[in-house]
Amino acid sequence: MMKFWKIKPSVGLLSIPYSFVFIFFFFIPLVLTLIISFWDYNEYSIIPDFILENYIYIFKDCFNFEKNMCVTFKTYISTFIFCFATWFFTLIIGFFVAYFLAFYVNSITWQIVLFLLCTIPFWTSNVIRMISWIPLLGRNGLVNDFLLYIGLTDTPQEWLLYSGFSIVLAFVHLYTLFMIVPIFNSMMRIDKSIIEAAYDNGANGLQILWNVIIPLCKPGIVIGSIFVITVVMGDFITIGIMGGQQVPSIGKIIYVEMSYLQLPAAAANAVILLALTLLIIWIMTKMIDIRKEL
Amino acid sequence: MKKSLTRRNMLKTSTAAIGAVAGAGLLKGFPAIHAADAPVIRYLGTAVNMGDAVQKKLFDDTGIKVKFIVKTTDEVVKTIFTQPNSFDIVDSEYFSMPKLVPSGNLLGMDTKRIKEWDNVTSAFTKGEVAGKKIGDQGTAPKKVMYLKGSQSKEFASEPTQYVTLIPTVYNADTLGIRPDLIKRPISTWAELLNPEFKGKASILNIPSIGIMDAAMVVEAMGEYKYPDKGNMTKEEIDLTMKIFTEAKKAGQFRAFWSDFNESVNLMASGEVVIQSMWSPAITAVRTKGIPCVYQPLKEGYRAWAAGFGLPSTTKGRQADICYEFINWYLSGWVGAYLNRQGYYSAVIPTAKKYMEAYEWDYWMMGKPATADIMSPEGKKLASKGEIRDGGSYEARMGGVACWNATMDENKYMVRKWNEMIAS
Repeated sequence: MMKFWKIKPSVGLLSIPYSFVFIFFFFIPLVLTLIISFWDYNEYSIIPDFILENYIYIFKDCFNFEKNMCVTFKTYISTFIFCFATWFFTLIIGFFVAYFLAFYVNSITWQIVLFLLCTIPFWTSNVIRMISWIPLLGRNGLVNDFLLYIGLTDTPQEWLLYSGFSIVLAFVHLYTLFMIVPIFNSMMRIDKSIIEAAYDNGANGLQILWNVIIPLCKPGIVIGSIFVITVVMGDFITIGIMGGQQVPSIGKIIYVEMSYLQLPAAAANAVILLALTLLIIWIMTKMIDIRKEL
Repeated sequence: MKKSLTRRNMLKTSTAAIGAVAGAGLLKGFPAIHAADAPVIRYLGTAVNMGDAVQKKLFDDTGIKVKFIVKTTDEVVKTIFTQPNSFDIVDSEYFSMPKLVPSGNLLGMDTKRIKEWDNVTSAFTKGEVAGKKIGDQGTAPKKVMYLKGSQSKEFASEPTQYVTLIPTVYNADTLGIRPDLIKRPISTWAELLNPEFKGKASILNIPSIGIMDAAMVVEAMGEYKYPDKGNMTKEEIDLTMKIFTEAKKAGQFRAFWSDFNESVNLMASGEVVIQSMWSPAITAVRTKGIPCVYQPLKEGYRAWAAGFGLPSTTKGRQADICYEFINWYLSGWVGAYLNRQGYYSAVIPTAKKYMEAYEWDYWMMGKPATADIMSPEGKKLASKGEIRDGGSYEARMGGVACWNATMDENKYMVRKWNEMIAS
């Protein structure tokens, strides 16, 4: 018993409030979601039962490969593509922004100022952002006007808005910060003398980056990746607005089902989404042991 | 040993009592109306037609305050199911009634307590405009108006004393177009899928309303004639969605919209030139000085209607205040306010009293404006000489082809709609 309580029991008590919140507002709702996903439903109520219909419907026709791909697979594949593209770009951009902030900006004040600049995308509401993309990327928008002006095209480019491109653009614009913060945090923990030692041993800048800094930043990269991937997997607002409501997302399907009170169907979709997201995170944590690295 | 009432004990008991009261309040939702204070009504609805001016006028006239709980159409329905005590009055649409009434969460409203009940327009009570029957496909208000009793969960086929909702506002919806970008007359719903507007069309992504617009288009294209657009069979849903899926894959739609503001932005920016639209969205585009027409089409309009309902637990003073509010709402000032936004008031004679003759002629009679027409916020909507899109009340409401609907196959329809979006 004493081994379990390595710390003083009185200190252990400090974790009770959070455990309480966690159990009541996360764990219990999650269990309820799982239970309800097996219930039946009609127009105005959900009926306690144990049926697999909600799950069967999701994968209906999915394993009949002669027909077109089923909605569920299509939606997940498109979500995975957005996930990967967003992850890739936020990682590249986020890493170099963090690198610049950690190694080239020496004063704390400037680091804070520049960090605040990175949070600018969060200063505006979704509605404002939604409106402001149109004059920039729209058919009569600034980008198209510019392209027409310099003669690069002679018709407005339609793929700039309400397309996969605009969705990834909006994601990267929003979530790069989620990469910057944990990577920056990892970089700040790197002992400068290690870098000096590498330099003294004749490593060039690229070698230091690849063999010293990146391996030491792995925990930050994995944490940032978890943030970005979980947010994109469950997103439906950005995909909806930037995709012109024409691009499917699991979140949107769940949202529509919920607003039509098809709660068991929504719960089943949510359970599958959660399982897939957890699987991705599990794979990432297998690649690197965050707890050890922290 | 006798326990004396010490200060400490007193504190303990009173704290416990306060805790219990607060706890009970949290569980049940705080009752909004307290006997002594100025009454406050928690008003659940989309509130697209309610402005600050209405609240102020209400308080001046009756001393009642309103607290809005603003949600989207679908969320309003969800709230009535899941939190029936979180509001005092709900502004809901008639097409939700087939879903809501069996739940027993709404009270049968007593028409004897409504002063203007006999003046409620016949479009609601009989499905007639100026003595002529109008289209009743879909969930027409008259089908879901009457209940068998005040706590009944069943509709009555004949008029009774008890109704589901007290009617307030309704309108005939059609397609909105940008005449300056289309540059030719538009006269049929079929134009929505005309390849000429490839990449410049839009439809709303709210399945229960979108499906009706889709059905109007399919019928106008001559692809199929529905026995009842508002209650499709599975095969009919498949057919409708197949036509729209093909159009979507061919790039017909620039975007779908699910929020009122999105439809305004799409139209105002010229991203879209023809789309499903709601009356206040047209007004919003026009007040930016951009031409936008609520185009009357030969196949007719898709109508909707809304009204006030009360939770089934309403009684006593709370009921008195809600009925007082509803009677005030129907007494004319709000009616005129709604008419000036391009909607129609459920009680027309009282609204007329609060409108200028030239306003009445423009909005209701379909006559050319004899002076500039202003919105309730004082922005210019139409210049002298212009005629309202679609003309008079009789021409517009008389031209209704179908109503927003809840179908028997609603569950199937929503799934098929999701598949179309994902395709």
